[in-house]
Amino acid sequence: MSDPADLTIAAAGAKLRSGELSSVDLTEAVLERARMSESHLHAYLTLDQTGAREKATAADAALAAGDDRGPLHGIPIALKDNMCTKGIETTASSQILAGWIPPYDATVVSRLQAAGSVLVGKTNLDEFAMGSSTENSAYGATRNPWNTDTVPGGSSGGSAAAVATGSALAALGSDTGGSIRQPAALCGVVGVKPTYGLVSRYGLIAFASSLDQIGPFTRSVEDSAVLLEAIAGHDIHDATSIRGEIPNFRGSLHHGVAGLKIGVIKELSGPEIDPEVRTSVSKMHDALADAGAEVTEVSLPSCEYGLSAYYLIAPAECSANLARFDGVRFGLRSEGATTEEMMAATRAEGFGPEVIRRILLGTYALSAGYYDAFYGQAQRVRTLIRQQFAAAYEGVDVLVAPTSPTTAFEIGAKTDDPIAMYYADVCTIPINLTGDPGASIPIGLDSADLPIGYQVMAPSLGEERMFQVAQAVEDIANFTARAPLATSEVVSP
Amino acid sequence: MTDYEAVIGIETHVELMTDSKMFCGCPVKFGEPPNTTTCPVCLGLPGALPVPNSEAIEGILQIGTALGCQVADTSFFHRKNYFYPDLPKNYQISQYDVPICHDGEIQVEVDGEDTKIGITRVHMEEDTGKSIHVGGGGRIHDAEYSLLDFNRSGVPLVEIVTEPDIRSAEQARAYGAELQRIVRTLGVSDARLEEGSMRFDANVSIRPAGAAELGTRAEVKNVNSLRSLQRAVAFEIHRQIELVESGGVVVQETRHWNEDSGKTTSMRSKEESEDYRYFQEPDLVPIEVSAAWRDAVREALPELPAARRARYQGLGVDARVAAVLVGSEDAIGDLFEGAMNAGGDGRLIGNWLSGEAVAWSRAEEVAIGDTPLVPAHLVELAEMVGDSTLSASAAKQVLAGVLAGEGTPGEVAESRDLIQISDSSVIEAEVDAVLAGHADAVASIQAGDNKPFGFLVGQVMRATGGKADPKQVSDLIRAKTGG
Ligand SMILES: [Zn+2]
Repeated sequence: MSDPADLTIAAAGAKLRSGELSSVDLTEAVLERARMSESHLHAYLTLDQTGAREKATAADAALAAGDDRGPLHGIPIALKDNMCTKGIETTASSQILAGWIPPYDATVVSRLQAAGSVLVGKTNLDEFAMGSSTENSAYGATRNPWNTDTVPGGSSGGSAAAVATGSALAALGSDTGGSIRQPAALCGVVGVKPTYGLVSRYGLIAFASSLDQIGPFTRSVEDSAVLLEAIAGHDIHDATSIRGEIPNFRGSLHHGVAGLKIGVIKELSGPEIDPEVRTSVSKMHDALADAGAEVTEVSLPSCEYGLSAYYLIAPAECSANLARFDGVRFGLRSEGATTEEMMAATRAEGFGPEVIRRILLGTYALSAGYYDAFYGQAQRVRTLIRQQFAAAYEGVDVLVAPTSPTTAFEIGAKTDDPIAMYYADVCTIPINLTGDPGASIPIGLDSADLPIGYQVMAPSLGEERMFQVAQAVEDIANFTARAPLATSEVVSP
Repeated sequence: MTDYEAVIGIETHVELMTDSKMFCGCPVKFGEPPNTTTCPVCLGLPGALPVPNSEAIEGILQIGTALGCQVADTSFFHRKNYFYPDLPKNYQISQYDVPICHDGEIQVEVDGEDTKIGITRVHMEEDTGKSIHVGGGGRIHDAEYSLLDFNRSGVPLVEIVTEPDIRSAEQARAYGAELQRIVRTLGVSDARLEEGSMRFDANVSIRPAGAAELGTRAEVKNVNSLRSLQRAVAFEIHRQIELVESGGVVVQETRHWNEDSGKTTSMRSKEESEDYRYFQEPDLVPIEVSAAWRDAVREALPELPAARRARYQGLGVDARVAAVLVGSEDAIGDLFEGAMNAGGDGRLIGNWLSGEAVAWSRAEEVAIGDTPLVPAHLVELAEMVGDSTLSASAAKQVLAGVLAGEGTPGEVAESRDLIQISDSSVIEAEVDAVLAGHADAVASIQAGDNKPFGFLVGQVMRATGGKADPKQVSDLIRAKTGG
């Protein structure tokens, strides 16, 4: 029998119910994988071994007693460390929250608990989710399990690396400009950013409120659908959460793509995309056409301005969202002669350079005299992008593009060049601005054996169609390679 | 010397008495131990999100509608960014370019002159926590340490902003008083100035009388009563005129009213005006008010103070008295309403309540609401005057007795021996006795000099211990003297 840590949620669920496997066995396998890999990867900030074992034991007892909470029952899942967990340190990878233990659970955490899942731990991220490489963590970078000299992507790099490695069967991340899809692509796993408002943000430490959305990392499209079903749905604690019934995302999973209209985004197909990525993605377009889809090229000229608009809107929102970290009520407090000096010292010491850069950028963009030229203009661009995507979806069912312009880059390669780093999000940012859903599916490896991700986007609340196409992509790609670190041969140093 | 005109605008904050706070489920309660009515949302903890309270929206709609405002179909919440330790998120959720209500007015009367005060906007925001600065001068800058209580953080706050239509300290007070009455009539807030559930900031400037452009304004804060609103505005007008007359220039600044010294002092200069970097609150969706909601609020409004005063005037009460009856102490208005419902005489009862009852209450330092006086007493008293059982002056004494707890009007009239003599032969005998004793006065009257007439009436009243009907006495003296 293969190592349980390598199972999908669906496969593990079947074994748990047939009695072939217990949640305790599964959890121990995952913890063992973490024990072997963490010194190489640093995917986790907190590994809650005791809590995980207790929950696994309880899950087994409940299942034995006939209390089956559904497909996530007994499944070990990791959480990005920007989601509040009652009683478990939550830092968002920032010094300013070192040692902070939330007095409440994020809504997604309560929902995962109600679904009987087992929380393995809290994963590393770029500080406050600001970054594309998980190098901006106050607690050290996470490495890519395919090649530990490269980054796992970001900001949810810890979650992506954990799922790719097998130190969790699935994980949650948050996606503000690509922070789920891009690391999913770089780590060779499936990552989904749902429609804005589909998953409650209550308890997610905000980066940019109008863009942030929680979503799953899994090893299969089906698993992502399962995990999303468990966490989606209206929440009275989030005024922006969408009301209405959550559809069964697995309903049309295997319906294929015959007759579907697929639009290839022209502006994300050019020379700005790495040739190997472009070739691989282009082959998938052809394969989808061979499978019966009507594949056409769609031009979305405003895409070009998405990055600029994003890097005004997100910092502007973050400049206010992060104002609460002032040393007064929680977290780090530095010394200062006056209250203002204490606040300033706390923030100067507690925040890392990228966070400070974005706070300054956002403060500037919102300032009197600059608001119209920067924040106001960015909002107008956002409206334009929304209109162009909505118009495109009148002609096609889904849009496709690479998830990332490159495969995983070397650690340190872009840390001194913020603009180059920001460019890593060029393919993912547009649908954060529109609020539409998108998924990244691994479709192959480049010549350096690094994974390539394929992005499927759908109109608002079009998750069923998105999963249907994503499943077809997964079936065609038949991506079975596993990261070198996700094997039992690795020996801890 | 130039004549100056004051130009005043007032910003008022009213805390709504909703069951829960503006954006979380914490109760709105005062006097609880510090930091006990708090949660992740009103403490601004990482990850917490605001969810608007529809009861608070209903409250602001009532206020806006009562002030004759337009209600926006769609309005927005904005973040007002500034750092202060009692502001947990370091931004306040407020409204900016599109408030929920705008363009209303309040009519106020000072010395018989009516003035319309325009209401620019009525918007919704959240209150901050409370800082207690210990040591030093009680301000944050020189305090030894500061304590924070977040119980008030997130309490729904309505801000009401006037046009610069106010021209005097008296009008400023009249505006504040009328706004307080309206808010209390609606029942959306207890509007207590001394407890901070209603707070005024006055923007005061002066200009040469007749000038079109506005002068530089100073904003006066820390006004904790209607009386101090009037005093602070009067002081500030005076200060600015003196300053300009002596060659000085008014600077734009925030000034702190000191109740003890009776002066305003500079708090901070606004020369570098603060930049709050307002932007639309991304955690909230726009506030939508349907036409049906708007109409329902309008239809459910209670009778407002102005309408009530007009109704009282329709019952024969004069304007000044009506203003007192609809004034600040609810008990007076309630007694009057009760007496009217029981068919009492409006003019008489209104005069008693606004005159004798108020005077008695002040002299005795007992609130009218704390006395045994009930509407039925007032009706009984008015009937006793109406059927000549009591003279008007005796009725006032009886009222004082009732207020003092001596019993019903009938009992007090009896025990204080104030009932008018109804037997006319008794009065006639007293008249005859007085006339006999003052033959010279009678002679004067008969000679055409009416001057001693009043003296004779007074003598009879005195002889009867005030219990004779003065009209009856006059009639008898006239008949007997030909006066
Ligand atoms: Zn609260």
